[in-house]
Amino acid sequence: MKKASSVVCKKSKRPVCETKEKAATQTFAIEGGNFNNAGLVSTSIKSILKKMDVPGEIVRRAAIVSYEAEINVVSYAKQAVVNLIVEPDFVQIEVNDEGPGIPNIELAMQEGYSTADRRIREMGFGAGMGLCNIKNYSDEFQIFSEVGKGTRLVMKIFSK
Amino acid sequence: MKLRDVKEILDAEVIVGEDHLDLEVKTAFGADLMSDVLAFAKAGSMLLTGLTNTQVVRTANVLDIAAIILVRGKKPSTDTINLARDLNIPLLSTKYILFETAGRLYEKGIVGCLQKVEATSVRN
Ligand SMILES: Nc1ncnc2c1ncn2[C@@H]1O[C@H](COP(=O)(O)OP(=O)(O)OP(=O)(O)O)[C@@H](O)[C@H]1O
Ligand SMILES: [Mg+2]
Repeated sequence: MKKASSVVCKKSKRPVCETKEKAATQTFAIEGGNFNNAGLVSTSIKSILKKMDVPGEIVRRAAIVSYEAEINVVSYAKQAVVNLIVEPDFVQIEVNDEGPGIPNIELAMQEGYSTADRRIREMGFGAGMGLCNIKNYSDEFQIFSEVGKGTRLVMKIFSK
Repeated sequence: MKLRDVKEILDAEVIVGEDHLDLEVKTAFGADLMSDVLAFAKAGSMLLTGLTNTQVVRTANVLDIAAIILVRGKKPSTDTINLARDLNIPLLSTKYILFETAGRLYEKGIVGCLQKVEATSVRN
């Protein structure tokens, strides 16, 4: 997995950067179809947030939503770029994939709806819970999708 | 109880984490479906499962699971063992089936990390 990483301090009037690491944007790539690497990005996100002293519960929620999104990319899409944005008051994770897209988002969001094939189910996934779980563990969740192009998820978790 | 006691109760083999046996554990979640583990398991719980692929370890790591207990005598692949070692997650294997594993632990005081799921309408 390639890791095109960059640490950028966001512009803000507030004293955002207590340390250089606070308020950072990092970018990761996910390779679709490759279950060997599935979970690498969310594991990285988890350890980055931990190192930045983000509260444990926030780290855990961020890890869960990014892992669910990552498994979906590996299961259904070709590839994706993940942006992790850490601000003093929130963590935002964006996942932009190139893939088939989701024809009916409302349906896909329903608990139990899944198009997962045997291979995905053998790995222990494909219960149609992931998107619901992302919604439950995020404070703000947006999903956009275009059939034949790809899907974009934006997940935001507030620190307070 | 300690992970050491879990090992005794389940007559389990410690595959990863001999040095973690003093870890205190109180709760567990059992499932072969990682989708459900992700939705319901709580931090600090043990994960009882019959799945042995690397995603079990990834899932456990994401959720801060205390230890993975493989049931029905399942043996993990080398990849799974190495990942558990890298991520510092104890990995045990017992010959008991999931039902027996859960029952034997429950009898000795381990409880579910949650008793019942909330109604779907509440979760969404
Ligand atoms: N990135 C994506 N690209 C294309 N389709 C997707 C994507 N993510 C989800 N879907 C579609 O939405 C359905 C529901 O996704 P969701 O994550 O809720 O459940 P699942 O992946 O099927 O199972 P689970 O997440 O419980 O293991 C999927 O089965 C798939 O059809
Ligand atoms: Mg999913």
